[in-house]
Amino acid sequence: MAPPGEYTLASRGAKRPARAENRRPPAPATYPVRTEEDLLTVRHAVRAATVEVGFGLVDQTRVVTAASELARNAYVHGRGGTVTLEYPREPGGRRGLRLVVKDEGPGIADLDAALTDGFTTGGAWATGSVALVG
Amino acid sequence: MTGQPQPGVPILRLGDVLVTGLLNELDDRTAIAFTEELTERISAEGARGVLIDISRLEVIDSFVARTLMELTTVARLLGARVIVAGMRPPVAITLVELGIELVGVETALNPEQGMAALGWRQAPQPLEGARRGTSR
Repeated sequence: MAPPGEYTLASRGAKRPARAENRRPPAPATYPVRTEEDLLTVRHAVRAATVEVGFGLVDQTRVVTAASELARNAYVHGRGGTVTLEYPREPGGRRGLRLVVKDEGPGIADLDAALTDGFTTGGAWATGSVALVG
Repeated sequence: MTGQPQPGVPILRLGDVLVTGLLNELDDRTAIAFTEELTERISAEGARGVLIDISRLEVIDSFVARTLMELTTVARLLGARVIVAGMRPPVAITLVELGIELVGVETALNPEQGMAALGWRQAPQPLEGARRGTSR
């Protein structure tokens, strides 16, 4: 059983292993979302990415869940698409994970406004993208 | 995944309770097949209760949540009470934060408490042949 602190909001980034800071970030990777199996592949890839960046268990679950929703949305409603994982780095050295979910649907009017830092729930559904900095 | 069909999770019967679980890799087909098999078993065996262990589920998104809600409702219509046991704490937090609803789905901390809620009691019994005569 993990200590109680493991499941608090404040744990984001706090328990990041030191080694994650020093390694080179992986190259961005793009995954297709065309089939049911692709959704599983995307979930696995996103899970691995959150571990790579050093997210705690709660943040891993948050991100994978959000990614699963978005990928399924692209698959079901957006006529398929792609999920791209990127590893942005802030000047201060903080590492992050950026998920870009694209589909073949009608599109997003203002993509820049949609890509804002921080975990957004309502926004995530509406815009089809979610950015996380850990 | 390699695209091979996944083996179904066994559904065990303990008295009038069916005990089963969900794998982490729950896709649409698996979910539908699971719901169908479970409802068939409820009907065929006259089950009054169903315990579903979800401790292997690392993610519950709205699709999985909907599956659980529909399953619970169908089972209720067939006269069986469903208890979902063993949700991981991060999953619970994420469900609440993302506003994913599990309306009408009864939960228990673990399978043991779920079975207790379904009327099962653990009766203390001597373990036959177990550690008899061993000294400390």
